[in-house]
Amino acid sequence: MALAAPSVRGVARTVGLTVYSLIILVPLTVVLFTTLKTSPQMYASPFGLPTTPTLDNFGELLEGGRLGTSLLNSVVVTLSSVVLTLLVSSWAAYGIARILGWTGIVVFGVFALGLAVPAQVAMIPQYVIFKQIGLTNSLLGLILINIAVTCPVAIFILTGFLKTLPNELFEAAEIDGAGQWRTYWSIALPLAKPSFAAVAIFLFVMHWNDLLYPLLFITDPAKATLPKALLDFKGEYTTNYPVLFAGVLVASAPMVIAYVFLQRYFVAGITAGATKG
Amino acid sequence: MTSDTVQGESAGAAAPPRSLTFTEPEAEPRRKRRRRQSSRRNDPRLFLFLIPAAVIYLWLVLWPTVQAFRFSLTDWDGLSATFNEVGLGNYRRLFGGDSVFTQAVGNSFKFMLAVVTGQTTLSLVLALALQRNTRTNIALRALYFFPTVLSSVSVAFVWSFVYDPTFGLANTLLSAVGLGSWQQPWLGDQSLAIYYLAIVQIWFHAGQMMVVYIAGLQTIPPELFEAVDLDGANRWQRFRYLTWPLVAPATAIVVAYTTIQSFKAFDLIYASTGGGPNHATEILSTLIYNSAFRTFEFGYAAAQSVIFVLVVALVTVVQRRAVALSSRGG
Repeated sequence: MALAAPSVRGVARTVGLTVYSLIILVPLTVVLFTTLKTSPQMYASPFGLPTTPTLDNFGELLEGGRLGTSLLNSVVVTLSSVVLTLLVSSWAAYGIARILGWTGIVVFGVFALGLAVPAQVAMIPQYVIFKQIGLTNSLLGLILINIAVTCPVAIFILTGFLKTLPNELFEAAEIDGAGQWRTYWSIALPLAKPSFAAVAIFLFVMHWNDLLYPLLFITDPAKATLPKALLDFKGEYTTNYPVLFAGVLVASAPMVIAYVFLQRYFVAGITAGATKG
Repeated sequence: MTSDTVQGESAGAAAPPRSLTFTEPEAEPRRKRRRRQSSRRNDPRLFLFLIPAAVIYLWLVLWPTVQAFRFSLTDWDGLSATFNEVGLGNYRRLFGGDSVFTQAVGNSFKFMLAVVTGQTTLSLVLALALQRNTRTNIALRALYFFPTVLSSVSVAFVWSFVYDPTFGLANTLLSAVGLGSWQQPWLGDQSLAIYYLAIVQIWFHAGQMMVVYIAGLQTIPPELFEAVDLDGANRWQRFRYLTWPLVAPATAIVVAYTTIQSFKAFDLIYASTGGGPNHATEILSTLIYNSAFRTFEFGYAAAQSVIFVLVVALVTVVQRRAVALSSRGG
């Protein structure tokens, strides 16, 4: 009785999973192949293997250093944003986790409010502020806004973790004569390493891929980050997919490489950041 | 005593100092208790740790959010030095037959409902299929999760190629399997484009939600399933009366996150269609951007953004209720 049923179910499962795998893989593979074709080759055979692979598309993007500049901007903005967000958020999280009573809860609540506000609400006044103090077309401006909008998530997760640590641990450190800074640095930080890593990866993906703020604040191509530069290429190359996809590949490569090597941390980090935030 | 004063000062940086005088008298009797367990008193230096994050957050997130409400009462174009107070004029215009706004609200809901239904179902099905930690399953999970790490702009470009009406993957495949008559203009189809974008959004993030479901499923003790099997429950009963109620916490997370995510799907839609053709894929977040930075109606865009916050808040509340009810019913 139970013999036929599981095998039918098994076949259905295998077919379903294969189909979904193809839905993920086929578009990505086609994109990868397209980067190695010239435009006429692509129109002649959009889905064939690249018969005479060419790197011209990458050459075209590198010409004049446009993609190189954007790549560098993305690296600078992402790394600075991740490090600085982690720094100020871990300070705040340490403070909040250790401030007892209502004060701590209220401060936490004020930061958590930032999680509920959609970016599109604050963006118009943010633009006005940046315009007034000359932070448009500035990488520093992008870094500042990144810290501001992502510190609530980081604080939320880090505080959540630090709160699970027994308060006696901190008190013991103080009895041994450690000041707050020492306690933060030598007790809280080392213990929070796993949630630190999760938050870092979440921020890395967020900041690297962000389009909204470069779109708002950057008009000078020399200051564009990769997502913004890609969008500009789209305006320029309309349907020259090989060049566009070469750009997509360059923009995605660091994330893909990091994902391959740090997969577990990625899955945990992005999911924690997204769902808790 | 001294430490309390210092605490008051540093807290004063974030809160209005007046609150100090209110708490002072009532703090008197408590101080005695505090002294007895002196380690329980808040060290004022802890407040110093809050300052950098608080300053940047108040300056660039909270203050601008408050400002948005103020701008929404003006007719500012974002460029001129002067503007007029128009009271609720912008809101009257929004609800007085602005067809683009109405369409954007409608599209936001169409997109949200399609993504929430599709993504929740798909991610649960995938999670059920890949729940056991075999080597193949772990590899497939990694593959399904993969699109999540890409940028919205990259995903938009990949899918603009899939959906390209003349030589795109979708139409080519359809004609290859003899379904040439099913070919579509895809993102050029004004009535369906928003749903085709919902498919992209699901492709983008279903793997991420699958991970949430797998984590939820793996907290269910296997003995429960054995017990139900012994009782002779069939596959459907097992899902309906055991799995579904027990993954309710995961469902709540998935639905809540997917809802907010779909309302905020600015990057993907902006990079795919920019809200077009003819506002067919305009959702509230793209409309706000376009009103402010394409047509330079800052005041009007600010009013749209205020409505946007209210809609998001309302949907969150309703949807929390719905999830709570459905899992209780299960």
